[in-house]
Amino acid sequence: MSLDEFQNAPIDEARRQLEICNACRYCEGYCAVFPAMTRQKQFASGDITQLATLCHNCRGCYYACQYTAPHEFDLNLPQALAEVRAESWQALAWPIGFARLFQRSGLAVALAFVVGFALLFWLARALPNGGGEGFYAQLSHNALMAIFLPAFLLPLVAIIVALRRYWALVGGGPIRARHLLSALHDAARMRNLDGGQGQGCNFEVEDRFSGARRSAHQLVMWGFLLCFAATSVATLMHYMMGWHAPYALLTPPKILGVPGGIMLVVGTIWLARLKRRADPELSAKSVASGEMGFVALLFLTGASGLALYAARNTGAMPLLLALHLGAVFSFFLLMPYSKMIHGFVRLAALARDAQDRS
Amino acid sequence: MTLDATEWDVIVVGGGNAALCAAIEAAETGVSVLMLEGAPKPYRGGNSRHTRNFRCMHSGPLSVLTDSYGIDEYYDDLLLVTKGRTDEGLARLAIATSEDCLPWMEAHGVRFQPSLSGTLSLSRTNAFFLGGGKALVNAYYNCATDLGVTVAYEAQVRHVEISGNRFESVEVEIGGETLRIRGRAAVLASGGFQSDIDWLARAWGEAARNFLIRGTPYNRGVVLKDMLDQGAESVGDPTQCHAVAIDGRAPKFDGGIVTRLDCVPFSVVVNKNGERFYDEGEDVWPKRYAIWGRLVAAQPDQVGYSLIDAKSRDLFMPSVFPPIEAGSIGDLADKMGLPRAEVEATVAAFNAACRPGDFHPTELDGLATDGLEPAKTNWARPLDTPPYYGYSLRPGVTFTYLGLKVDDTARVTGSGGLYDNVWAAGEIMAGSILGQGYLAGFGMTIGTVFGRIAGREAAAHVA
Repeated sequence: MSLDEFQNAPIDEARRQLEICNACRYCEGYCAVFPAMTRQKQFASGDITQLATLCHNCRGCYYACQYTAPHEFDLNLPQALAEVRAESWQALAWPIGFARLFQRSGLAVALAFVVGFALLFWLARALPNGGGEGFYAQLSHNALMAIFLPAFLLPLVAIIVALRRYWALVGGGPIRARHLLSALHDAARMRNLDGGQGQGCNFEVEDRFSGARRSAHQLVMWGFLLCFAATSVATLMHYMMGWHAPYALLTPPKILGVPGGIMLVVGTIWLARLKRRADPELSAKSVASGEMGFVALLFLTGASGLALYAARNTGAMPLLLALHLGAVFSFFLLMPYSKMIHGFVRLAALARDAQDRS
Repeated sequence: MTLDATEWDVIVVGGGNAALCAAIEAAETGVSVLMLEGAPKPYRGGNSRHTRNFRCMHSGPLSVLTDSYGIDEYYDDLLLVTKGRTDEGLARLAIATSEDCLPWMEAHGVRFQPSLSGTLSLSRTNAFFLGGGKALVNAYYNCATDLGVTVAYEAQVRHVEISGNRFESVEVEIGGETLRIRGRAAVLASGGFQSDIDWLARAWGEAARNFLIRGTPYNRGVVLKDMLDQGAESVGDPTQCHAVAIDGRAPKFDGGIVTRLDCVPFSVVVNKNGERFYDEGEDVWPKRYAIWGRLVAAQPDQVGYSLIDAKSRDLFMPSVFPPIEAGSIGDLADKMGLPRAEVEATVAAFNAACRPGDFHPTELDGLATDGLEPAKTNWARPLDTPPYYGYSLRPGVTFTYLGLKVDDTARVTGSGGLYDNVWAAGEIMAGSILGQGYLAGFGMTIGTVFGRIAGREAAAHVA
């Protein structure tokens, strides 16, 4: 990726707007973007990408702005920064073309992947299962690992490449533990969606404040992490303790996974509803489908997992297992190209910001 | 519901801070309130949209304010800028009441934040709005709406009908239709007349046509003029406006905060003939920016040009427009449309008059020119390091001083004494307190204090 790729219209428009913002600074208290902005007078492409990535689209600055249309300065910073994010995050991914496809038609791609892989898993039942029981009567654990390990590791490699590219682009220095701790702390609390004073953001209620998006996002994020922890714990139990699935309700995988799944399902439905209520003019319209596709993917992952648990002793189990495996597989495979990348790049931006502040 | 079908308890004319405070106070007593905002919704809030803080008296740390700021110190600060042109009773009332206003503002949705970067000198005296004035305006509109206040936008009040000493109705144009809306009390909070350029030109002189208006284009003084024509008593100098020097490329209206330029103390300022005309380094900029509007207004074509070199580029807040840039003073003059030889001679004479010494951008450093007329008495460093940068300067009008005379209950005075049921708040009556100059954040103090009083008094009258 050359710097030239970033000499594009979204960057130029964001720069025009940031130079106006930097002469005003009224929004300094809302989020991390504005204090970071005031540390500069001129904005290189990397600076703008960093500011855009820090922005969580809370929209506080838009509704507080005296220069929004019809004013001739025509500021719409949430949208300008969202356009930069859309462009630059796609450019970080490899292959770029695929990220673009997901952002443009995310819902369709997500559904196609889930259905396609579910079908494959369904067909894979014909493989010899080595006399496994329960879920593994359908597909042996080793076959599962052989499929999932690359599906997990290859996207991880792509994400690491993307992060390295990001770090070079924004001119990051050597990372210290305190930078990461600061970033994790900000992400854990979703500090940049709290409006600066805990009043929340202006995402779906125009110039009023609401904590809904922050809460919904927390449900999704923590729900996802619980599910991920459940899967990790189960893998360890399988290999190190010879303790095989299915697991009862009061075992670590279920204690983590069931609440996690419920949080993921409730959170994604909530997020999707908020997204539909929010003004599309304040975000990047080109990636709206990709964002909804990502939410759908998370929902399918959580919902199919819960359904599988509920129906584990019924005839629907093989079908639900295939569906759940298809969803999880698709989710991992699409990580570098879907909005999942935002979790990684935002953490990097928060760490970069912590570095800048220190 | 058609607005003219009922008689409203309180009609508030205007839609800025003072109008909102009045509407909220009145609505909280349970009376019916109609707000008539002349601007369309995106531009609602008058000049309050552009404000950023509230000057507040406090006897100890209060919200985001540090230390204390007593009534006498506050009043002395006001005397300093007004040079005594103030009504002491009303001024002390505004100051003393400001301390109660801050918690009231917070309770009605306004959020404050610590002093903005670059404004630390105000952290003791001025409470900054989180998100600025439009965020405050939004919070108040939401609060007013929740209290049941009816708001009409693009509602241009043409005439306030008064019979004897009593307000009867307003004549208002909404969407091309003229309505006569009856009310039992009126609060007039529709600002000054600075956006009526013809009026400004009649009052100040033809040169005023070259002025830029920093705030809303909707403050055309229609209600103010209508009231004065009907015999309401006036306060404030009818010919004067408050103007500061702003970026000459700013839009005619509504450029707001981002068009300010803080480079003058570090620059050589010339007029269109390439001549210097005033000591650029007389005092620190917060104490001098207000006089530069007037200084530039007195120059030919009401324009000035501030020239700096690379040494000073990062010493002041960025402006909304990048400066004109050139490799030499002569080229800069060409690019800015100034006479090249004259500018070169002026800068050469200035440079020759600079003396060695220590330069301190944030304090009076006494680094003065020697034998130059007019002298530059601080921060005088030669322009010798390319690239050179230039900004044009024009007077930017903030507000006008002419207003309605009110008593300490914000009630308006007519030719036959106080009107029975007409109150005024905000810029439309501020001239009695702020007769000259300006004190940062004091406009919002006057608007909040008298808006609240007016709303309460009007509601009590109809109760």
